[in-house]
Amino acid sequence: MNVSAVAAVTSCWSCKGPVAARALFCSVCGAVQGPGAIDHYTRLGMSPSFDVDLDELQRQYFGFQRRLHPDRFAAKSGKEKALSQLQATALNEAYETLKDPLKRAAYLLGLRGHPVDLTACGTINDRELLMEQMEKREALAEATTPEQVAKLAMGNESEVIACQCHISAAFNAGNLDEAAHLTIRLKYLVKLAEEARAKKSRVIRTP
Amino acid sequence: MLFQLHEPGETPAPHESERGLAVGIDLGTTNSVVALARDGAAEVLRDRDGGGLVPSVVHYADDGAVVVGQDARRMLLEQPDHVVSSVKRLMGRGTEDLKTLAGTLPFKLDVAADGGMVRLAVAGRTLTPVEVSADILRALRIRAELAQGKSVDRAVITVPAYFDDGARTATKDAARLAGLEVLRLVNEPTAAALAYGLDNSSEGLYAVFDLGGGTFDVSILRMEKGVFQVRATGGDSALGGDDIDHAIAEHFLAERAAIHGEVAITEGEAKQALAAARVAKECLSGRQDGEWVIEVDGKPSRHALTRDRMEELAAPWIDRTAAICRAVIEDAGIEVADIQGVVLVGGSTRMPLVRRKVKEIFGREPLSDINPDEVVAVGAALQAEALTVGSDTLLLDVTPLSLGIETMGNIVEKVIPRNTPIPVAMAQEFTTYQDGQTAMSIHVVQGEREMVDQCRSLARFVLRGIPNMAAGAARIRVTFTVDADGLLTVSASEATTGVEQQVAVKPSYGLTEDEMAAMLRDSLVHAKDDMTSRLFAETVVEARRSVLAVQAALKVDSDLLSDAERQDIDVAILRVDQAIASNDRDAVTAAMESLEAATKIFAERRMDRGIRSALAGMTVEKLDDALGE
Repeated sequence: MNVSAVAAVTSCWSCKGPVAARALFCSVCGAVQGPGAIDHYTRLGMSPSFDVDLDELQRQYFGFQRRLHPDRFAAKSGKEKALSQLQATALNEAYETLKDPLKRAAYLLGLRGHPVDLTACGTINDRELLMEQMEKREALAEATTPEQVAKLAMGNESEVIACQCHISAAFNAGNLDEAAHLTIRLKYLVKLAEEARAKKSRVIRTP
Repeated sequence: MLFQLHEPGETPAPHESERGLAVGIDLGTTNSVVALARDGAAEVLRDRDGGGLVPSVVHYADDGAVVVGQDARRMLLEQPDHVVSSVKRLMGRGTEDLKTLAGTLPFKLDVAADGGMVRLAVAGRTLTPVEVSADILRALRIRAELAQGKSVDRAVITVPAYFDDGARTATKDAARLAGLEVLRLVNEPTAAALAYGLDNSSEGLYAVFDLGGGTFDVSILRMEKGVFQVRATGGDSALGGDDIDHAIAEHFLAERAAIHGEVAITEGEAKQALAAARVAKECLSGRQDGEWVIEVDGKPSRHALTRDRMEELAAPWIDRTAAICRAVIEDAGIEVADIQGVVLVGGSTRMPLVRRKVKEIFGREPLSDINPDEVVAVGAALQAEALTVGSDTLLLDVTPLSLGIETMGNIVEKVIPRNTPIPVAMAQEFTTYQDGQTAMSIHVVQGEREMVDQCRSLARFVLRGIPNMAAGAARIRVTFTVDADGLLTVSASEATTGVEQQVAVKPSYGLTEDEMAAMLRDSLVHAKDDMTSRLFAETVVEARRSVLAVQAALKVDSDLLSDAERQDIDVAILRVDQAIASNDRDAVTAAMESLEAATKIFAERRMDRGIRSALAGMTVEKLDDALGE
């Protein structure tokens, strides 16, 4: 029996007829459907890669939101409003994840069956990364002028960009271990960038 | 436009003509404005003198009569204890918050009502800010009804982007009391951008600088082909022109005291000094100096003030806006140079000092070709039309403040960071910290600080029925859901047992459902009728949708039915139409149930056919094509 064909058809909540599992709207009665369990790339019609064209991503996101945002359903029944909210929520989650290189890398690793836990704070197993981050943090703590902070932030920024390039290369080479390793590194670089930003506003405020 | 194409599910609501009008309302601290849009053009509804601004001032007479607007403002000096102004500053606030607002409020608080929501003592009555706001909204609704000769029952109401959950809920409650269904709460800068962007068909990154009477907001938006995407927003819900009035009034009173000696100032004298200060501030936007009179202890005194001196008094407040702007630009992840234009909103942006500051912050001359007092209401009206009639524009907004819950040691764990696009749902897992702990108290807070007492408390609830486990073994998943109005719902569940609890966050300082019900009873003669007709309208929407769905299905698959079966369905549809005409909600519900029963077999046969054709070798892709995606 063709199981996938059966799984691809569900029943429309509104007209009760058959509807494709991934359809946004029922082709017969036009009712909006639920978001369904699909990955973020599929949801936004993007191909699953670390290299994402951000302009295209935004265009796709706007395009889907134009059709599914709750504002389009303000005069509709409660059920349609609720479903559109679920759809828009799913689109926002997908967009926020794919827009951000760190979240995107972690998400793609999960999709490829090699999950990394970005929320687990603390223990860095990588000695080299640990030393490097400690040194940078010290330098940031010792910085007293906006110029010093800006210089550190700029150095860090170019490392962020380099790290993203390496992640891209690792994914393209199918080297998931390396991609995961670099993603953890990116996490620390991004965190340092945030700290530098916070420090910058502190330094400016108290000259 | 000759015709408009609509996507499936996007067609404008039919039977729109049966409903009352949907307006846009800017419910401001100092002034409010109501506007109506038709065919993409919005018009501010004015009084006979052409004035669009309705002062957000309410006079309560001893006989219970309520007057809103200019006439109420005129009573401010005669009967100060009967008049309420700037009530927006108290929306969603608790008695605890008043410490920070102390001395800045132009009305007397009912101190007896401790804990919970703030209450005002006016003309011997005790009123909540929600009721006062409802009186303003009711007056705006009547203004619109008189101007259009039609009933008005729905509105888009704007709120400061920086309003927290409590203040948003309070605004929605006020609308309910005033007999208005809130189509959407829209952030003021976003509404302004909508009005501005549509007018100028601008594209790119824009900043909206909104300094009103009592609130300051700044938002960075990306405008692109009718989409208005908020990138970051920030502000201060207690910073505005009122603060400058206070600074000037204090200056006048200090000058007076230096000459005539210190005396206790009465409420009426304080209000008069504030009124003089406001006039001085407004005049000094147009000229360099002037002289104003205040009266204390029956003795008038004259006070000269130059624009330079006034600007010195105002500077501390205006400087605060600059710091907030820089933080928001930072949050948006952009540089000042990326911003293509700055839109000014709010009466306080008429001050030359503010314009200079904006130019200094953003490095460019701000845009102000739309009346800054009316632009927000215009945007709200356009959005009201978009929501009821349909439109190509879309507003994508964000949460202004981070949402989190209290964890060990009074630390806040953020669940949804600020500037996250809404609607949004995010979950975080927490665990128990004691062996055998069967309940967990969940405290929801809003704000950017790390400690609980520095954030705003939104709600508390207790998740019970956690199974007896060792500390750290339970997995409690707390989910925050923020809808398109920016309102929060929180649910919590324990993963191993599925124990679940859900709370719509009724803010700690909000009204309870019982209080709301009582107010609806007291203040609205037709409250019950209103509620009944609202429920009926919702049921009718539901019923019409069901009928349309069945008719659509009949068009495609009617060959699956025998003549008799077809006739049963047609009769059931007719019954639904008759029930709708009868104005009886129960009859509509019953007719819908009959329709559902009459179409059951039809639905089963359609599903069978759908699956059979899928099995007959159609690929998933083809099926997708065939089924509309």
